[in-house]
Amino acid sequence: MQKVLEKVAITGAEAVAYAMKQIEPDVVAAYPITPQTPIVEYFAKYVADGVVKTEMIPVESEHSAMSALVGAAAAGARAMTATSANGLALMHEIVYIAASYRLPIVMPVVNRALSGPLNIHCDHSDAMAERDSGWIQLFAESNQEAYDLTILAVKLAEHEAVRLPVMVNLDGFILSHGVEPVELYPDELVKKFVGEPKPYYPLLDTDHPVTWGPIDLYDYYFEHKRQQAEAMENVKKVFPEIAKEFEETFGKRYNFVEEYRLDDADHVMIALGSTNSTIKYVVDELREEGYKVGALKIWMFRPFPKETLQRLLNGRKTVVVLDRALSFGAEAPLYEAVKSALYEVAARPLLGSYVYGLGGRDVKPEHIRKAFEDAIRGNLIADEQRYLGLRE
Amino acid sequence: MPLKSWKEIPIGGVIVTPGSAREYKTGTWRVMRPILHKEKCIDCMFCWLYCPDQAIVQENAVMKGFNYDYCKGCGLCAKVCPKQAIEMRPETEFVGEEG
Repeated sequence: MQKVLEKVAITGAEAVAYAMKQIEPDVVAAYPITPQTPIVEYFAKYVADGVVKTEMIPVESEHSAMSALVGAAAAGARAMTATSANGLALMHEIVYIAASYRLPIVMPVVNRALSGPLNIHCDHSDAMAERDSGWIQLFAESNQEAYDLTILAVKLAEHEAVRLPVMVNLDGFILSHGVEPVELYPDELVKKFVGEPKPYYPLLDTDHPVTWGPIDLYDYYFEHKRQQAEAMENVKKVFPEIAKEFEETFGKRYNFVEEYRLDDADHVMIALGSTNSTIKYVVDELREEGYKVGALKIWMFRPFPKETLQRLLNGRKTVVVLDRALSFGAEAPLYEAVKSALYEVAARPLLGSYVYGLGGRDVKPEHIRKAFEDAIRGNLIADEQRYLGLRE
Repeated sequence: MPLKSWKEIPIGGVIVTPGSAREYKTGTWRVMRPILHKEKCIDCMFCWLYCPDQAIVQENAVMKGFNYDYCKGCGLCAKVCPKQAIEMRPETEFVGEEG
């Protein structure tokens, strides 16, 4: 069978909704919020047209959406939703519970700045507020990746050594509403890849009655948290296997990170999401000018692929980290993780932290170039947070 | 019940053995222990009526004492007793004794 059914020009939202159609989860509970709305609209149309048999629950809030999915997943259903920004913040309580109950829910998150002040445009403050919630967090650079990672996430979430929920992050408007060519795969291939769910002690298995969600005090709560830490470690072993199977099935290669012109690069830039396309453009420009620069895109932010970064960054001259979120009173989230990872490498690079693009502020090639030029000149201070595209 | 390691228990806090709640002794939460002074007791059964954990042991409407497996030491029984026949004493006085 051919791997690619057709190549179409669609938005990231439509690509994600199409992946959901092909996955055809048992239950989708969702509440519309900009810029996630078109995902819910497209999927609701699939339900209304009878294209999928999914039970769709139009809930009254995101807190209810995630609550409904916790119940559905505990019952044994394959369950999905999608959200953005304050919707994600509103469901935070149950987001944490979903991970703690080890329910393999998959949730595309269309990244948008958290209010306030009220803003609907892209940054990563919504995802970063959930980085310690126990969810696996993947970040897409393009609509193709948003489509691919949504499919891949199902298999990763449900792997018996993992059993953790997955957020598939895609940049609000830039990807969700931007049109790009996307290669879509045949339904049969996607259905075969994700397979049938093998739920863990499903509530609907009434021959084997179990209790979900009992109180868990000082005698066992700690042990359950240790299991979650272990499951995150297991992701590092399982993800390459699933990525390999994905490549064999669909012909697209994924990993913890993507290396771009990295082999001989002295100066490396690290970022999440769609900005990587701009970074690659600037890397190409600077390479033409003779500078040894490269990019390292983070596909998986949680668990953080520390060992991969140590291997790839040891001995580089400089590493510049771009964050589309702040951690008020501490270092920006991605920078903090990279800096921490490099503490024990033999030859630590000079490090620089750059915050950019908050609330949808445009990030332009000249901003990226400015950060690269700081790196090339050795003008980096590891403890200094700098800003790109901000009026000083 | 010996406590198990994180490698030995089901994930997600799921309880996979039906009816296992009876193995869970909430009496371990107790800080204050009720002690019955039977000579003052008139078997009015107020303590039995008020106890939120059904931890008052009675036989044929005669007050016999407490089920320390489930008594959490809230002290309601001592509060409602009209004859001050129930005294609340710190659990630290009973360390090493059978509950």
